[in-house]
Amino acid sequence: MINIHDIMETINMISEENLDIRTITMGISLLDCCDSDIEKSCQKVYDKITRLAGNLVKTGEDIEKEFGIPIINKRISVTPISMLVAASGGDPVLYAKALQRAADATGVNFIGGYSALVHKGFAAGDEELIRSIPRALSETNNICSSVNIGSTKAGINMDAVKLMGEIVRKTAEITADRECIGCAKLVVFCNAVEDNPFMAGAFHGVGEPDCVIHVGVSGPGVVQAAIKKHPNATLGEIAEVIKRTAFKITRMGQLVGNEASRRLGVPFGIVDLSLAPTPAVGDSVAHILEEMGLETCGIPGTTAALAMLNDAVKKGGVMASSYVGGLSGAFIPVTEDAGMIDAARSGDLRLEKLEAMTAVCSVGLDMIAIPGDTPAEVISGIIADEAAIGMVNSKTTAVRVIPAINKKDGEELDFGGLLGSGPIMDVNLKKSPKKFIERAGRIPAPLQSLKN
Amino acid sequence: MKTVISVIGKDSVGIIAKVSDVCSKHNANIIDITQSVLQDMFVMVMLTEIKDLNCSFSDFSDKMRLLGEENNLDIRVMHEDVFNSMHRI
Repeated sequence: MINIHDIMETINMISEENLDIRTITMGISLLDCCDSDIEKSCQKVYDKITRLAGNLVKTGEDIEKEFGIPIINKRISVTPISMLVAASGGDPVLYAKALQRAADATGVNFIGGYSALVHKGFAAGDEELIRSIPRALSETNNICSSVNIGSTKAGINMDAVKLMGEIVRKTAEITADRECIGCAKLVVFCNAVEDNPFMAGAFHGVGEPDCVIHVGVSGPGVVQAAIKKHPNATLGEIAEVIKRTAFKITRMGQLVGNEASRRLGVPFGIVDLSLAPTPAVGDSVAHILEEMGLETCGIPGTTAALAMLNDAVKKGGVMASSYVGGLSGAFIPVTEDAGMIDAARSGDLRLEKLEAMTAVCSVGLDMIAIPGDTPAEVISGIIADEAAIGMVNSKTTAVRVIPAINKKDGEELDFGGLLGSGPIMDVNLKKSPKKFIERAGRIPAPLQSLKN
Repeated sequence: MKTVISVIGKDSVGIIAKVSDVCSKHNANIIDITQSVLQDMFVMVMLTEIKDLNCSFSDFSDKMRLLGEENNLDIRVMHEDVFNSMHRI
């Protein structure tokens, strides 16, 4: 029989250390829903999603009960909607509304894929979709949007960067009466991945099968608790502890993914090895860094600690799963992480440090409230900087910032639930990148040799 | 299918009897039992075969949870595979 200490360890991880499966995400291709009539196209989208994902939530709940592991979210990602707009024309918001109806019917908490991939330029449907994002996010509740504006192979589409600065700002303005929530559902990517199960950036890539199940694990609390047991270990030994813990967490994800795939009769895609925090105490990535020996997250040493954590999580997780994909790394969403919120409030964690941290972990400047008077070109500047880090380092980076419209200094944004709350962080608004952003055009793809 | 029933709480008379009683009423066959006292906490782990269960797994799991709540114990019923996959390569 299984060792009693192993059983106790697992139960302790679940009950005391917030171990959970963060999400089961069903990826659905909508390419066969294209129709030149947008009404028909929307109906096909609704029909296909409800047909394939009708049992997703129920199956997730059954597995949760049988295996005794909390599965927090059941979600859906779909083909970038801009591709459907290309065929049908018409108002893209109709698709957002069809997706919302499908979300209500299936009971999932988010559908991601109100997206466009424009890293090299705009194709038919792309610009229409991007310009409709503020309205789409304002008129729906459970739809997430993402736009890929750069990649290592294509460079950065600065026309799109300029446009996205305006779109982010407009989305915040149009949802200002709801804590600017629209921006919490909008991600701007460089090197977006096609099989990401996590929101708000999930979409179903064109290289994916018709329908697939991805799993995203979590477990910052478990890693923190494991490190706590070794107060005097060297960093090499700590890396081993993290690897062992990540292995166990990932095995759980693999098990749940296989089981969900079997029960739903849908192929299993990938496990995303991410440490995804929640605002709950004991579920924070910042607290792991502090457990490693930093007095607070954001001070010198933070980037090194995070780099080691991120690498060790991957090394431990890779062996535990047959297919690893998605974003796979430690997330650092400020408003969703109790330790980050504290560090931002105290001023120890600043935007510039977060930017440095994104060079060594997934995924980017995530869930950061910025001043409500931040102009669009400054948001574009932030997006361009972050995309440059991703482009040069061949990794995914993203920006999900929330301009806090109508909020004063010292006030906070409070989204509630998993999205959390947080202070408005300082942005340098004294000087402007306006001229640089207005040049537009495309930043050429970087050299992949002579690396220094 | 095999499940692991874990019981954690303050030691008292008759815990195993109560848990076994629920197992027997629902036709769950007990294969193995281990128990020990870790830091004043009573910990009992029971491996059961539930292929001939006379109710749904969900009902069985709920009954155990209720039994736990009535007796101030934490009782969980979990699929054996959770532990196998996590602790064995």
